[in-house]
Amino acid sequence: MTSTLSETDRLASEPAFQQVSTRRKAKNALATVLVWLSFLVAVAPLVWVLYTVIVNGIKRIPFTNWWTQDFGSVLSDEVGGGVMHAIIGTLEQCLMCAVIAVPLGLLVAIYLVEYGRNGRLAKITTFMVDILSGVPSIVAALFIYALWITTLGLPRSGFAVSLALVLLMIPVVVRSAEEMLRIVPDDLREASYALGVPKWKTIMKIVLPTALSGIISGVMMALARVMGETAPLLVLVGYSAYVNWDLFNNNQASLPLLMNTERATNSMEPGSVGFDRIWGAALTLVIIIALINLIATVVSRLVAPKKK
Amino acid sequence: MRPGDRIFKNLSTGAGIFVVTLIALIGIFLLVQAIPALGANGVNFLTSRIWETSDPAHLRFGILDLLLVTIYTSLVALVIAMPISLGIALFLTNYAPRRLARPFAYIVDLLAAVPSIIFGLWGILVLAPQLAPVSQWLNSTLGFIPIFSTGNVFPNYAGTIFTAGVVLAVMLLPIITSLSREVFERTPTAHIEGALALGATRWEVIRTTVLPFGKAGYVGASMLGLGRALGETIALAVILYIPRGRTFDWSVFDGGATFASQIAANYAEFNNPTSAGAYIAAGLVLFVLTFAVNFAARSIIGERKAD
Repeated sequence: MTSTLSETDRLASEPAFQQVSTRRKAKNALATVLVWLSFLVAVAPLVWVLYTVIVNGIKRIPFTNWWTQDFGSVLSDEVGGGVMHAIIGTLEQCLMCAVIAVPLGLLVAIYLVEYGRNGRLAKITTFMVDILSGVPSIVAALFIYALWITTLGLPRSGFAVSLALVLLMIPVVVRSAEEMLRIVPDDLREASYALGVPKWKTIMKIVLPTALSGIISGVMMALARVMGETAPLLVLVGYSAYVNWDLFNNNQASLPLLMNTERATNSMEPGSVGFDRIWGAALTLVIIIALINLIATVVSRLVAPKKK
Repeated sequence: MRPGDRIFKNLSTGAGIFVVTLIALIGIFLLVQAIPALGANGVNFLTSRIWETSDPAHLRFGILDLLLVTIYTSLVALVIAMPISLGIALFLTNYAPRRLARPFAYIVDLLAAVPSIIFGLWGILVLAPQLAPVSQWLNSTLGFIPIFSTGNVFPNYAGTIFTAGVVLAVMLLPIITSLSREVFERTPTAHIEGALALGATRWEVIRTTVLPFGKAGYVGASMLGLGRALGETIALAVILYIPRGRTFDWSVFDGGATFASQIAANYAEFNNPTSAGAYIAAGLVLFVLTFAVNFAARSIIGERKAD
């Protein structure tokens, strides 16, 4: 007995642990290198794209007239003018889209979390929201064209664009809002019910405010996403070089549409007016999207429930 | 039930039902608008390579070329993006320093926030000239392989399927990465610790636990990426050159048009309902295609989640 004990109690010495073979070490090292490389491969185009946009776009951005004038009064090869008309169009179309898509998306999320609760319809809805998020933007545009312009006979306008963007924004809003509503603890709901508060009031006064911070940042991200969409603009509204405040009538410019129009009609030689315009518009768009993301972060911090 | 409750419940249920019917509505409206144009079509819609829709009285349009270019471009993008995305997802879940994993993931997600028209302009104006020598080299040394043979935009290497595929691959990276990462993160710690206890190296841990666990999620994520690639519009419309004459012939140095880029490039023809109908018919095929791919992808991912 004592002899076997001493045998098993012996400390593990060198030969007990085998060295990792060179082959396995080499494979491990190779994998590490490849994995790091692939991350760098992803960062490179991001840096390259942003560098291109900033370096080529910075030329016109600092001038006041870039922000306060349109291209209506300047020739296509004339330096000057600005993109105010496109900024107005982009903001109007996207705000109108948000006004329709956010309440709708929120209601769907509320249905899924508060009422559906794994029912049959809720499962189908979740699946359809997933499918909707995979619908290409050009198909959404064609659908609105078929509905709004051919069937209802209404004119091409900024509002038609907003409607197409709604289709693209709804799934993003539903997804993020659903996630936020799900993490609201059930204790809060039950405490509210125990006090005799009706369900709808519980949702409006307890659940939504608790999840508000996350919902706002989700909505803003969705807004930034649709702001760069170009495909619906081509089919659903014409480009105008003049400021047009009217969302429902006539052609209306927007930043992506302006870029596409300049690309198709103007010289793209580096240093030419057309070149400066598209990269200036690109930088303007990136700045607006970055601002929206920034506002999203700040606002969601401000309305976040106090932690103590 | 109190009236407030009833109204609120009906409203939110109604919104849910609305979203469900929306998909059906898209299909129905596209179909209804496509039928007149399909009836007036002078050639076979599915097997013709011709696309002449500018004269509404003599419509001749077929989708064969569009279908081939769409699928081919997406596959080129997928072949490039899939291994890189796998690497990034593994990097973010298993290799990156804990504290930096989140900011790194945010950087990759930023790629998805760049508007696709900016990717398109960057692709054709900045990347294409840099990529041309690579294309030229591939064409001259590996030209005997059909996929690298001389294409129909020769001698120009800018507006090719290859350039489009590379740009598209960059756009797919954040999509495939983020979903794969989510699945890889859920690898049971017990599996990983078990492998470590058996003396596995970091790569062996990944090969024996993370990859088998996350395979379905990765495949699903890649299919979602495929769905996205099939429908990508403006970046490809900006990059792809539509050649006159010889049609698509399986070379990555061919030009051409995908469903979406064809529609976007010819938006001017939406001035009359018949010509528009031809494009809507093409859009309908694209819708069915992306629906099928997304359906399959979601089913794969859904199965994994249910485990």
